Parts: sequence; C-alpha cells; structure tokens
Amino acid sequence: MKRNRNKVFRPTAFSFPYLAVTLVFVIAPLVLVLVYAFRGQDGGFTFANFREVFTEKQNVMQLLQTVGIAALSTGICLLLAYPVAYVLASKPFNKWAILSLLFIIPMWINFVLRVFALKSLLEMMGIGKGYFAAVVGIVYDFFPYMLLPIYTVLSNLDKSYVEASADLGAGPVRTFFRVTLPLSVPGVVSGISMVFMPVFSSYAITKTMGDADTTVIGAKIASLFHQRSYGVGSALSFVLLVLVLIVMVVTNLLSRRTAKAPKGGKVA
Amino acid sequence: MKKSTMWTIARWAILIVVLLAIYLPLILIMVYSFSGARSAGDTFGEFTFSQYANLFEDKKLLTATKNTIVVGVVSALIATLLGTTAAVGIHYMRRRWQTAVDTASQITVVNAEIVTAMGFFLLMLFLRDTVKLPVNFGLGWLIVAHTVITTPYVILTVSPRLKQLNPNLLEASMDLGAGAIRSLITVLLPQLAGAMVSGFALAFTLSLDDFVVTNINGTGVDTISTIVYDGLRNKLNPDIRALSTIIFVLVLGVLIVGNIIKNKRLQNEARKK
Repeated sequence: MKRNRNKVFRPTAFSFPYLAVTLVFVIAPLVLVLVYAFRGQDGGFTFANFREVFTEKQNVMQLLQTVGIAALSTGICLLLAYPVAYVLASKPFNKWAILSLLFIIPMWINFVLRVFALKSLLEMMGIGKGYFAAVVGIVYDFFPYMLLPIYTVLSNLDKSYVEASADLGAGPVRTFFRVTLPLSVPGVVSGISMVFMPVFSSYAITKTMGDADTTVIGAKIASLFHQRSYGVGSALSFVLLVLVLIVMVVTNLLSRRTAKAPKGGKVA
Repeated sequence: MKKSTMWTIARWAILIVVLLAIYLPLILIMVYSFSGARSAGDTFGEFTFSQYANLFEDKKLLTATKNTIVVGVVSALIATLLGTTAAVGIHYMRRRWQTAVDTASQITVVNAEIVTAMGFFLLMLFLRDTVKLPVNFGLGWLIVAHTVITTPYVILTVSPRLKQLNPNLLEASMDLGAGAIRSLITVLLPQLAGAMVSGFALAFTLSLDDFVVTNINGTGVDTISTIVYDGLRNKLNPDIRALSTIIFVLVLGVLIVGNIIKNKRLQNEARKK
C-alpha cells in the first residue's frame, strides 16, 4: 500500500513548482516579446516594427556603436585580466588566497555604487563625461568577471604540461604561447561571454559616465518602452535575442574545439 | 639572477597597479565620507561625522536601503527553496528531460538583462490589462522578478552537491516508508544545507547588485541601485558616501573574515588527516 503511494509521487515532481514558474515568468515573457515584435497597430502580423528598427539610421548606428563599445571594453578587460590572472596563479602568489580574493571582492559590491566611486575619482582627475570615461567605467565594472574564469582555469592547469614543454627544450616564452595560452582558452572564452553581452544592457554606466553621443542599445530599448513604443522596443529586443543566440553558438563551438585540443596532441 | 629579479618586480608591479586602480575610487569615497564637501575631490574641509548623522535622517535613502534588503532577503529565500527543490527534481529526471530543463533554466542567465527586464514589463502589462488580474508594478513584482532571475544560480550551486550524494539515498528512505516530501526534508535537505546557504548568499548578492530589472519593473520603488543612479544623473546627496562606505566595509569584512575562517577549517581538516 505504502509502496503504491510512493510510486504515485515521483521525486521528479519536486521540480514542478520551478517548472511552472519558468513557464509563466521566463517563457511567457519571451513569447510576449515575440508577439509585440510581430504585431502591428491593427493587431495583425507585420514586419513594420523591424522595418522601423533597421531604417532609422540612429538605431543602426547605436547598435553598431554598442558592438564597438562591447568589443573594445571586452578586449581591454582581457588584456588587463590575463596578466593579472597569470601572475596570481603563478608560484609565490598562488599561496596567498587573500590576494586573489582582493581582486574578486568588487563583484560583491553594488555595481552602481562602484560606478559612483569611479566617477568621483575620474572627475577629481579632470576626466569628464564622454566615450573614454564610459569605456573606463565598463572595464572597471566587468573586470572581475573576466578575471575569475581565467584565473580558475590557470590555477587548475595541470603543471605537468608546462614541465613537459620545458623538458622538451622550449623556453618560457614558447611554453606560454604553445602550451599555457591554448590550454587557458576555455577560461578566456567564458570571460568574454561574461563581459561582451552584458555590456549591451549596461546603460547605467553610459548614461552616467558617457556623453549624449555615447550610448548602448539597452538605453534605446528602455526609452522606447518609456515612450510606450512596445512594438519597436520588442523588435529591437528580438534583435538582441538573436545576437545572444549567435554569441552562445560561437562560444560553444570555441570551447568545444579547444576542449578537444590537448587530446589531439597538437598542443601538448 | 638579475633577469629573475626583474621578472619578480614586474609581476608585483602588475598586481599593485591593478589593485590600486580597483581600490583608489573606493578609498576616495571612504575618505570623503568624513567630509561635508559637495562631491568627493573638492576641498576636504573639516573632518566630520555629519554625513553619517544625515544618513539616518535621509528618508528616501533609508527606504531605498530597506527595500533593497527586503527584496534581497525575500527573493533569495524563495529562490533557495524553489532552486533546491528544482535541483532535486531535475536530478531524478531522465537524461533528455534534464537537458531540456537545464537549457530552459539558462535562458535568463545568458539573455541580455534588458530583454529579461522588458519581458517582465510586458508580462505585467498582460496580466494587469489583458487578464485583468488585480496586480501591479511595485515591491511584490520586484520580489517575483528577482526570484526568477536568481533561482537558476541556486540550481547551479545545489546540483553539483546533489551529484556527490549517494544516488540511493532518497529511494532508501522511500522504501522504508517515508513519503517523498518527508524524505526530502529529513534525508536530502540536511545533506544539502551547505550548498543551500551558498545558493542563498549568491542569490542575495545578485539581487542587491541588480539595476536593470529593478529600474524597469520597480516603478515607484527605489533600491540603492536606482537611487544612486538617479542621483548620478541629477544631484547626489553627499550622505550617499557614508552609505557606500558602510557597504564597502561590510562586504570587505564579511568576505575577508569568511575566507579566513574557511582557510582555518581547511587547514584543521588537513591536519586531522
């Protein structure tokens, strides 16, 4: 009798509340974005919203500028974070856990407060609002998110690869470029994906540190919704969704390819 | 020898320069929290605690702080419950379903935050104006939204721990006659307590850090994020420096002390072995 009751309630059922929540609060909103994006003012199916997105020069310019800002700040983050991660994972430094913690701590401080602090410092140094300040702000904000995955990969890296490379006669520079760097690509890829797309939504930074010409597309979407242009706003959101998908597929392919590399014998 | 000394200096230099860049802005705010100057960087003037005293009279800021904590704690609690039960359910699913649900749970994690925020906004419009439910934007809706965006992170924290457990644990308990819910509470949850605490902490900090979803769905409800943002665009009260300082010191203290305790425990365990 009791066995029967247990068979009725499978442990899988524990996930049902979450599944219901996901359906209502994750899937349904996306469906609504789709519906609004493809619905005209008369309620019928239309591409008019997308036409408006792509024919208005300002939208296209802002989209391109966002990609530019995201690429630039992701690049700077990477150039700064990689050496820091490399040093933190190297010999005397990897013993002091507190040292790496110091670099990661900003993650836990409210990011608008950090923007406020940075803005105060830049103003004190005589650097006012503008493209430069906005990019510095984005880099400052996202730096720990680039650092953490790279640091994790580098400090878990099997040291025998590096030793083998040295034993076989490669100098430290060659070992770095032929062994360490290729093996750390998964961390780099995950760092890039944690910075690049989030920049699109970081209008809190561009609106407070950038000038009128420096914006990210997130600001445009927010203002479209403020003006109750839900159709065009949703169409633009849909464009972002497609971008997110593309970035996801690319990063998946990249990390899958590099994950295979060591076994292929090409790297090590 | 000389080369290696230079290498050591270079490595220290990289770390110190970046650390300075990270902490100088925070130090500036902390120092100027003891000054009445309009903005940090102006003439310092007299050393004063007046910003801290003003802080407790600033109704808007106090309400925003209260809202931030209420939304953070409540949404993180619900997210921990929802995420833990979800992780358990997913754990016992068939492979194909597991992949499907895992993918669905990643949607809000990988999606652009602005799109997620707009989705919530449209959903509220739909529920309020089309379905005519008696709901509206505000604190409750913020809690719902924050719960939804933080739950996947709880699942990500709890799932690995679940995989380490004996797979027959739940089955054994149910075979011995306990119901599924009782088995969950008395057998599984105690084993998952550590992961649940980490999940809660993660959900809480993510909620505190959120700006975009709050800015768009909190109409009329301010949190620290939105009030500082508004202040940055118009005019910021100097007492925000006092609040920032308190937050910086709290975060720094909690993390460093927590880390020291963790390291001590690890050392003790290593010694026992």
